[in-house]
Amino acid sequence: MPDPVPPSPPSSAAAPETSRRGAFTPIPLDDLDRAILARLQGDFPLSEAPFAEAAAALGCDEATLIARIELLLEARVLTRFGPLFQVERMGGAFVLAALAVPEERYEAVAEAVNALPEVAHNYRREHALNMWFVLATETPDGIPRAIAAIEAATGLPVFAFPKEEEFFVEMKLEARV
Amino acid sequence: MSDAILNAPGAARAMPETETGSAPILDPLDRRLVLATQAGLPLVPRPYDAVGESLGLSGAEVRARLARLVENGVIRRIGVVPNHYAIGWTANGMSVWDVDDARVAALGPLIGGLDFVTHCYRRPRRLPLWPYNLFAMVHGASRDEVRAKVARIEALLGDACRGHDVLFSTRILKKAGLRLAE
Repeated sequence: MPDPVPPSPPSSAAAPETSRRGAFTPIPLDDLDRAILARLQGDFPLSEAPFAEAAAALGCDEATLIARIELLLEARVLTRFGPLFQVERMGGAFVLAALAVPEERYEAVAEAVNALPEVAHNYRREHALNMWFVLATETPDGIPRAIAAIEAATGLPVFAFPKEEEFFVEMKLEARV
Repeated sequence: MSDAILNAPGAARAMPETETGSAPILDPLDRRLVLATQAGLPLVPRPYDAVGESLGLSGAEVRARLARLVENGVIRRIGVVPNHYAIGWTANGMSVWDVDDARVAALGPLIGGLDFVTHCYRRPRRLPLWPYNLFAMVHGASRDEVRAKVARIEALLGDACRGHDVLFSTRILKKAGLRLAE
């Protein structure tokens, strides 16, 4: 199991979540990094020189902010920098779905599922339903097609969990390190 | 519940009604703008000018279009997207709840309103294998922290809840996000 990002709680015997590409080298975050994470997860200015404007609010200068975001992306502290799109508002669709994958076939099935561009993300979870993924497609009819493709490629039934009501979605988390 | 049961031919075949949105509201230029920015904004002092150059638009036009997309919800937000694992949120549990259908609409917003819940949805049960109709994603720095937060949800749901489970993620198999085809 690759290294967890420190500081991981010593009390927990639980295996940390690990990336498909294995452990990355964690970098220590400083105050500017934490300020960027706390204040720039949204509201990046739509102005002519947005980095200069955001930098002023963070107490640094434009070049420093640009260089720092670049560094955080390289270190994979950030997965992306830019607009976060809402697929349904673009006329598309997404669905949470799960498979119960026999352990001996897990790697092969993961590869087959991940090969589909419609699979936006995919997590291993501890349950008989042990593979949970989100299908995102540009049009609604892409969802049943993707499900059929996964069932054909894996021989396993796909359990789909379309949302019936959304109570909250806001994936903003502050740095804990 | 065993793999054998879940994988039995024809077991609870679940074809979804898809999560459809409203009709497409992107015009062709908007779509090209999405394509030009879905991998990220350029890290240069005038990023909107740079995006515009590749599309034959001025920076001001790019900004106006992006502002409109923010306004109508096509863009949720613009900014940095952290790898939550890298910033210390190393435990993530998908808590799932079997909640009385008559009360789930009233209780859902309470659960979604908790500051440690990042996603909260009502979803269909897949009986008899999957009795849960409320999903709440809970993040923490450890599994114990996630479990303590799950206990707070349990207290809020009270006797409206007949059972629950927490599915911890143990591995990211893929994390790409949506990509429109070129």
